[in-house]
Amino acid sequence: MKNRIRTKTMSKIAMLSLFACLGSGCKTTIEPWVKPYERSHLADPIMSFGRNPVALAYAQHVFEAREGARGAEGGAGGGCGCN
Amino acid sequence: MVLAVVAAVINMFRFVLIPLKAILLSSTFAVGCLLVIGLLAPAKAAVLPQDRSDVLYHSYQGDGVSIDGPSILLRKKIGNKVSISTNYYVDSISGASIDVRATASQYREERTEQSFGVDFLHNKTLMNVKYTNSSENDFEADSIYLGISQDFFGDLTTVQMSYSRGEDDIRRTGDETFFEEASRQKVGLALTQIATKNLILGVHYENVSDNGFLNNPYRSVRFIDPDAARGFSFAPEVYPNTRSSNAFSISANYYLPYRAALFTEIRTYSDTWGIRATNAKLGYVHTFGDDWIVELRTRFYQQDEADFYQDLFSRENEFNFLARDKELSSFNNISAGLSVTYEKKFSETAFFKKATMNYEIDHIRFDYDNFRNVLAEGPVGEEPLFSFSANVMKVFFSIWY
Repeated sequence: MKNRIRTKTMSKIAMLSLFACLGSGCKTTIEPWVKPYERSHLADPIMSFGRNPVALAYAQHVFEAREGARGAEGGAGGGCGCN
Repeated sequence: MVLAVVAAVINMFRFVLIPLKAILLSSTFAVGCLLVIGLLAPAKAAVLPQDRSDVLYHSYQGDGVSIDGPSILLRKKIGNKVSISTNYYVDSISGASIDVRATASQYREERTEQSFGVDFLHNKTLMNVKYTNSSENDFEADSIYLGISQDFFGDLTTVQMSYSRGEDDIRRTGDETFFEEASRQKVGLALTQIATKNLILGVHYENVSDNGFLNNPYRSVRFIDPDAARGFSFAPEVYPNTRSSNAFSISANYYLPYRAALFTEIRTYSDTWGIRATNAKLGYVHTFGDDWIVELRTRFYQQDEADFYQDLFSRENEFNFLARDKELSSFNNISAGLSVTYEKKFSETAFFKKATMNYEIDHIRFDYDNFRNVLAEGPVGEEPLFSFSANVMKVFFSIWY
């Protein structure tokens, strides 16, 4: 019981730390190793995880309706922030 | 369409208030979001989704079932900080799958889905809220989605967190007294990483928890019945009232030197019903000049059956939980697909920036390891294993403005 409470507390602290890190912009001294002017290939629509959201949503629906598994499919979203 | 959007907005506010209040007041998620919103460092802006509209027609043909209909997406920015979107989607279903053919007759029904979403941009943080309603004559589902994503490390990394909650009302045609409910929560965490100037990597985790009536109310289990003409009879399925699943995927997109790209994704899945699944996807995108994009893809999926699944039970009510839904059986499917896009760019100063015409076709082959075709001849429990193929087609027009 005590371990379960400790695990729960730790996971909450980890979650809050992650949120706080994101919120603060995670300021670090890490220099981006791919400069903004080097991201033309990444900004090309053919590199997008879901360049056609309506078609992607439909394809996921077709599989999800006929398979036991669900979730975490279809790319992580986001991108290179350069379009 | 306009009425549908207005109805979706009204429903959104009605449905969202109570769960949203619960989420915002009671969970770590709320504190986390406040921290994100409150502590944001001044930074260069991320980007809102581009303004676009899509009109799509989809068609699925397989296992005696035909499903088709439209899907329409509209997305528009309001100022520099907000983007709104709405999607209207219809499934017109006719025919009967093997499950239905074994126990009932063909049917026809329609499912309508509407969603309304808002994206908010604040510095490098993108937040989105989406309400979705899905409606059938015997099924009503509402869900709310909250997402937040943030770029950091010089915009090389994007982290996205999401939470969604859904509630279903389930009825059964022909049985006025039947009414059941189910609820669902999803928590997702995703990370996208620029690895090199030609490579983007992604990892994605999602947990889904269900509570309530999780059966398909029309599906049945099969059990040995010496008194029946064919030696077996059917009885309603009985599922556990809870289910929790974890899915984890990694993906990669790689840009090739001649304006082409390779993409891949691998996913593993497990849940408390004993289903273990893995799938892998591989695709290649090739361009011809500035106008044509061709994509080839293949996907393989395999799963093990649920603990309480059997094709044939030895007697009625043999166990506490019983299933013969083929989606819970052990099976694999493999698919191959082709997409062709014609793209037309307009002047940067014109109202419309770009338009595409797209055609996509996928062929999927399903092979079941422990689900038998009871419509075929054979001794009880030794009928041929079931398999079928399906063709999935999409035609759509997209325009950016």
